[in-house]
Amino acid sequence: MNRPHVLLAMIGLLVLCPRSWAELVVEVTKGQEDAIPIAIVPFNSPTEAAASFDVSQLVSDDLARSGRFKSMARTDMIEQPHMGASIAFDDWRRLNNDYIVVGQVQLLGPDRYNIVFELYNVLNRQRLLGYQISANKAGLRLASHQVADMVFQKILGVRGAFATRVAYVSVLGHLPNKSYQLVVADADGMNPRVVMQSNEPLMSPSWSPDGQSLAYVSFEGKLPTVYVQELKTGERRRVSARAGVNQAPAWSPDGKKLALTLSTRDGNLDIYTLDLASQALTRITDDPGIDTEPQWSNDGRSLYFTSDRAGGPQIYRVGIQPGDKPRRLTFQNSYNARPRLSPDESQLAFVTQEEGAYRIAIMDLRGRGDVQVLTRGHFDVSPSYAPNGAEIIYATRDRGRGVLALVSADGRVQERLVSSEGEVQEPAWSPF
Amino acid sequence: MKRMITIACLLAGAVLLAGCPKKATTIQPPTAGSQVGDSSNTSPSGGASTSGGDLGGDNGRGEVGDATGPLARKVIYFDFDKSEIKPEYADIVKLGAQTLTGRPGLKMKLEGNTDQRGTREYNIGLGERRAQAVRRALLLQGVAETQITTVSFGAERPAAEGDDETAWAKNRRVELVYQR
Repeated sequence: MNRPHVLLAMIGLLVLCPRSWAELVVEVTKGQEDAIPIAIVPFNSPTEAAASFDVSQLVSDDLARSGRFKSMARTDMIEQPHMGASIAFDDWRRLNNDYIVVGQVQLLGPDRYNIVFELYNVLNRQRLLGYQISANKAGLRLASHQVADMVFQKILGVRGAFATRVAYVSVLGHLPNKSYQLVVADADGMNPRVVMQSNEPLMSPSWSPDGQSLAYVSFEGKLPTVYVQELKTGERRRVSARAGVNQAPAWSPDGKKLALTLSTRDGNLDIYTLDLASQALTRITDDPGIDTEPQWSNDGRSLYFTSDRAGGPQIYRVGIQPGDKPRRLTFQNSYNARPRLSPDESQLAFVTQEEGAYRIAIMDLRGRGDVQVLTRGHFDVSPSYAPNGAEIIYATRDRGRGVLALVSADGRVQERLVSSEGEVQEPAWSPF
Repeated sequence: MKRMITIACLLAGAVLLAGCPKKATTIQPPTAGSQVGDSSNTSPSGGASTSGGDLGGDNGRGEVGDATGPLARKVIYFDFDKSEIKPEYADIVKLGAQTLTGRPGLKMKLEGNTDQRGTREYNIGLGERRAQAVRRALLLQGVAETQITTVSFGAERPAAEGDDETAWAKNRRVELVYQR
């Protein structure tokens, strides 16, 4: 490749990048019947700020999207108060609202805004929240998600996860000219950024516990290689390119190690841990079957993983200290794989096969190990918990296309994230 | 944010540049002078596959030495969730073994693949298991270990698109690729 071509290729990419991917749009496919009615009154804004970004609409959309709330339509509002003192509670009560959020966006200076908002219980007129967040124009979206997070937490007692992100793999084009992108978007699917692009497969993104980096597998050199990439700088490091398989990276809770899957010369896959600073490798499993898809426990002392040592794939747990014997956790169904632990470790989400279909199931880890199948698709894989544990994002197929979907951890709310182009797969929800 | 996008783009550019693929070189097989055998019974759709392409258009016949002919890239197909080589593929293994033993400098990459069902990382394991099955068969026929490498793409590099058995059958495969 000669120089002008190189330059042109780079320019092409620079021009292309900001518009080469599509946003994901959330559709609630099954809402909660007893969703809490709430009114998010349009915030009073100086003209310029209002034109640039509608804070209260985003808060309203976030809450509705969670399935836990029913946001009142603006057209149904008979008045639009901007502070608590001017709320006519009886009116809002008559319109069947349990809660109301009022507020304003103030212009503090050039590119400096202040979001001031209050949350009231309509029934007893109690002021539950009064808060302000300042942001520049580019930060208004994030600040709006933070407002939604605070309202969500105040009412439900669970931290909101609207101001978090999701990493996923997007596949564009058709055989034999597919291209693969590793994308990081806001949790509502907006604001997608391509962090890595390749003509060879990309897979298995895993967030560092501080949310600053992603580990993933890239086949860009025609062989699987595990990379760690810092999101802010784009700087990346090749951490495993050993002979054979280099797969399924999973960050330890202290951020110092990766669990990953490597193979021996004769192709036996086992789980290892890799110390990122020293590059020291420790073998965790040693079995002729396929051992893969590791996931750490919160204390960093054990790993959940998939193994077909007993025939079909099942989920096991093993301590990382030498000599610990893996214990099998799943017995129902002949195919149970890719475990993901809920943030409070009360549940394990995984892929199970029932009636010939692959679906997302959860196992209760605190009680008797009851298993509940949450989804009804045919190709539901790659579950990943929201950092608050309230929802699971996963990959499914819709009319021959890979799409992402969400299900609440109790199975009551279901949503689909629709992309206008390409296939979307392997979602990984960021930490807080 | 803009800065981040720029960096991401630059990085993507760098990766694309760095990743300009080294083409797997196809080599004239030693069995010169003969036509390569009919492979009508060696795949679900009755033809040897070109890389990741449509299976239907290739009837499996080609001049020896033709870089795009069936000897350049051979494909062995597998049953669902299986890694046993079916009897109808014995000829492909035998021909591969003869080629490799006759040319000790020649190398072969075995690319294991699965269909789209199941979890992605476990499928990497299944793809590797299939590649290893072919590797063992070649070793048993006298090929040196150093001539063979394996790679598993799991379900990531399908040969056919679609959510049905027709597509899946074409994807459960090991591709035998000669390399210099």
